[in-house]
Parts: sequence; C-alpha cells; structure tokens
Amino acid sequence: MSAATTSLTRPGRSFGGRAFRFLDRYLLVIYTLAAVLYLMLPVVVMTMFSFNHPTGKSNVVWQGFSLNAWLHPFEVSGLQKAVATSLGIAVLSTTIATSLGTLIALALARHGFRGRAVTNLFIFLPMATPEIVLGASLLTLYVAIGVPPFFPLNFLTILIAHIMFNISYVVVTVRARLAGFPTHLEEAAADLGANEWVTFWKVTFPLILPGIMAAALLAFSLSIDDFVITNFTGGTITQTFPMLIYAKTRIGVPPQVNVIGTIIFVTAVGLVALSTLVSRAQARRDQRLARRMVADEASGE
Amino acid sequence: MGTFLRRHRGLVPYLLLAPGLLWLTVFYLVPSLQMAVSSLWTGSLEKGYVFSFANWTNYTKALGRFEPQFTRSILYGGAATILTFLIAYPLAYSIAFRGGRFRNLLLFLVIAPFFTSFLLRTLSWKIILGDVGPFLGPLKDLGVIPSDFRLLATPIAVISGITYNFLPFMTLPIYVSLEKIDFRLVEAAQDLYANRFGAFRRVTFPLSLPGVFAGSLLTFIPAVGDYVNAELLGNPDTTMIGNVIQNQFLTQNNYPTASALSFLLMAGILIAVFVYARILGTEELTAGGV
Repeated sequence: MSAATTSLTRPGRSFGGRAFRFLDRYLLVIYTLAAVLYLMLPVVVMTMFSFNHPTGKSNVVWQGFSLNAWLHPFEVSGLQKAVATSLGIAVLSTTIATSLGTLIALALARHGFRGRAVTNLFIFLPMATPEIVLGASLLTLYVAIGVPPFFPLNFLTILIAHIMFNISYVVVTVRARLAGFPTHLEEAAADLGANEWVTFWKVTFPLILPGIMAAALLAFSLSIDDFVITNFTGGTITQTFPMLIYAKTRIGVPPQVNVIGTIIFVTAVGLVALSTLVSRAQARRDQRLARRMVADEASGE
Repeated sequence: MGTFLRRHRGLVPYLLLAPGLLWLTVFYLVPSLQMAVSSLWTGSLEKGYVFSFANWTNYTKALGRFEPQFTRSILYGGAATILTFLIAYPLAYSIAFRGGRFRNLLLFLVIAPFFTSFLLRTLSWKIILGDVGPFLGPLKDLGVIPSDFRLLATPIAVISGITYNFLPFMTLPIYVSLEKIDFRLVEAAQDLYANRFGAFRRVTFPLSLPGVFAGSLLTFIPAVGDYVNAELLGNPDTTMIGNVIQNQFLTQNNYPTASALSFLLMAGILIAVFVYARILGTEELTAGGV
C-alpha cells in the first residue's frame, strides 16, 4: 500500500511542492510516533513509579530509585488477596462467557432462525449501555432480592456481572471470525460422511479457535481491569485489584500496586506476542502443506 | 439426543442461544426493569420501599437537583469525543495508508495501554499533570507560566483524562473503515483531476464515516457516564453525573433517586445517538456494532 501511495505523490519541482512532499512523507510518520508515545506515556510513568522510593504514603513525586517494592510486592496488606480474587474472577468469567458467547455466535453465523434481528439487538445493547448503568441496575436487582447468595454482595455477585458484560464482546469477536469462513469446508466434511458432531469438532472448531482465543483474551482483560461495574456489585466483603487501587487513591497508592500493574502489562503483552508468533508459524506451515499437496498432485498425474 | 436433533433441526439454533440469552435476560434485562421499578419508589433502605406511578416526580426532582452535573457530563463527554476524533483520525489514516509492514505493530501499540489498569493509567496522568510535575514544573521554573497555575482539579484535566482513556475506542473503528477503502477509488478521483485534498474530502472521508460514527459512539457513551476521571483528576466543581449516581447509590443508599438518574442518563444517550444517526445519515449503528 505504501508503495502505491508514494507513486501517487506528484513530483514537486518548486520549493512549495517539495516542502509539501516532505511533509506528506514524514509529517504523518512523526505524528504517528508522537501519538504512540502519548498513548504509552502513562504506562511508562506507572512502571517508573514502581521503582520509586516514596517518603510518605503518597507515590506521586519522584524521590529516588528503589527496588523495595519489587522485592516485597505483597507487603501491602490485602494486595495479595485482591490480586488472587481478580485472577479468580477473570478466569471463571472468561471461561463461562466464552462458552456461552461462542454458542450464540455459532447460532447467529451458521443458522437461520426467527428472531435473529431481535437477538442481534439484544447482544448489542449491553455494549451500548454505560458501565455505570450496567453496574447500578444489577445492584438494584441484588438489593431487591435482598437474600444470600445475592445479598450481601460477594464474589458471586461480581462474577455474575463480569460474565454478563463479557458475553456480548465474545459473540462479536467469534462471529467476526466465523463470518470470514465460507461454509463449503463444513459441507465437504458432511459430503464425506461426517455427522454434525464430528464436523464441528474436526472442521468448524479448529477454524474458529483463533477467534475463540482472541475473544477469551479480550474477556480476560476486560474482567481483570473492570472497576466501575465491580464497584457496584462488589460491596465490602470481596475486594478486587482495581477496587483496592481505588480505595488507596485517597490515602496514597503504594509502589507495590505499580509493580503488580507492570507485571500484568508485561504478561499480557508477552501473551499477545506469543500468540501472534504461533499463529504466524501455523500459517507458514499450512502454506507449505498446501504447496506440497499441489506438487504431489502435479507429479502424480 | 442425536436422533432427536436430526428430527427437529429447527431447534438447534435456539438450543445454542438459550444459555447465553438466558444469562443476559436474567442479569441484564431484568435488572434494567428492576431499575425502572426502583426509580418509582419512595422510602429508604431501612424502612422499606413503596412503589407508585405517582413517584414520577423522582425524575423531575433528580433532574432539577443535578442539572449542572448533567450539563457538565454532556459538555465534557462531547469535548472529549471531538478531541479524540481530531487526534485519532490522522493516526488511523497514517496506520492504514502509511503503516506498511509496521501496521500490525502500530495497531498493537494503540491498544497496548488497555493491558494495564485503567485506574493506574489515570493516576499516571495525575503525576504527569501535577503542579510541580514533569510538564508544569519546568515551565514554572522558566517563568513561562505563573507558579500557582494548575491543571489538576480543572475541567482541562478531566477532559484530557477522558480523551486519553477513550482514544483507542475512536482510533480502531476509523482504522477499520479506512482500511476497507478500495484505493482505486482515490486513484480514480485523482485521474479525474481532483487534487489530493479534494480526493480526500470527496472520496476517502465520506467512505470512512461509518468508522467515525462507530468511534464517536464508542467514545461518547462511556465518556458521558464516566466518573473515574472526574474523581481522580477533578475537584468538586467538575463532578459529572456518574459521580452523582455513584454517590447516591453507594454512599447515600438513595436507590430511587439514583435509579431515576441512571434512567435519565440512558435516555439522554439514546436520544443523542438517535439525533446523531439522523444528522450523519448512517444506519451503521447495529451493522457496525454487531
């Protein structure tokens, strides 16, 4: 694409033309780099302040380099428990929402049925509702029920909320993957005598697995970072990592929190990089296999 | 089971839908209805609540009492949406058309901030915009700005926080719609003697409008309902409707007023979306979102 664009640039002979061409070629690049720096700046600051040596409770002014927070990450009371709670909720809500959402995506992409339009709208609505309204309305339901396990608010009430807001995102992600695949592979399997169960596990599922993985990754990151909905559905018994950060903002966030934030960031980036490398290797292998099959066929004839 | 399904093929999609839609019904639809009921309550958590349609005054009272916060939410949310658009469009454009082999890497860098906590990123802005922070500190030392100049606890800090936090929501949809454009259309416009700006104005930009539309909604909706930026970067004079809802629900336990406010917020957003869709003339809302 970039080659095509450059060839379209008209050669400018005058100074103005040359200046325009220079700007055209480099200005956008400079702008893009500046924008990326702007986006990453808070992440850099967060990481930097995990090495801070704050004198008081507040960790907003740089005082000096220290490894203390990294060496004793769980020195802050409640931090270890909050991180464990967040991870637990993220794993469970991702697993359940990904399963439920994938089934809906399959129905929408592979089956014609009455009520499709309504279903589409129903999936879209939770994503169009502000988080604060999602959290608040669930809270009114829990309060109206008013008995355990829904009240007082606890781990389960948070988990229910996270599954709820994750389902729509999973449906949209998996459906996008399914939409890209023609049904003829599944038809071929059926022609070769596979029943629907076998066709699903041997053909459809491997094809949409990357989509399911992407959806799970999205659901996990939405869940582990959610504050607003969790704050409404969480109460005082259970504290997640974002809830702990918020509680600490009044008295000063200790650098240990930045350590955990940095670890989460590095792990997530690492996972995405790894999955990209794996899928690239897979694509290369598929290509080689296809080429060999073509070659075998040619030599066979 | 297998034979049953083969005999009743029409049931398969409904069986696939059932568990997920049941979850959404019980934990999204029912709570929304419950909130409608709660908004017409009178009473308190301790004494119990009474429902009556006569309590529609909850709405007028809430609107009258918190009108400044409503206005502020729309202003801040609107300003942040315009700012994210101005920053995101050139960014999405250059990734789509000049990204080359770095395209995926650049896209990844756009969403990478999401891999860390929203709260921690906002707190980082508190450090960056601080009164003697890395940005204002040197300017004050040089005497460019007066030493009592502040960014924190002003609308500027709140709006820039919202702008930063929702920038990827604007960038990605615009990128997707730009990336889909058949570049031969732009070439055709240039062959027909459109200059580069003319080709952009008449071909590229109109074709990217669905992305602009989707991005604006994805930014505006959470921006209007946001209260974390106003809470962490603002002061009591910059509170938004989200702060009020949170306070009424979680501190005051005033569920009727809080429910009425949530409903008004939802209604306001739906009206804004509808008007916006009519002005822009795109029906991409459901097509782009679902």
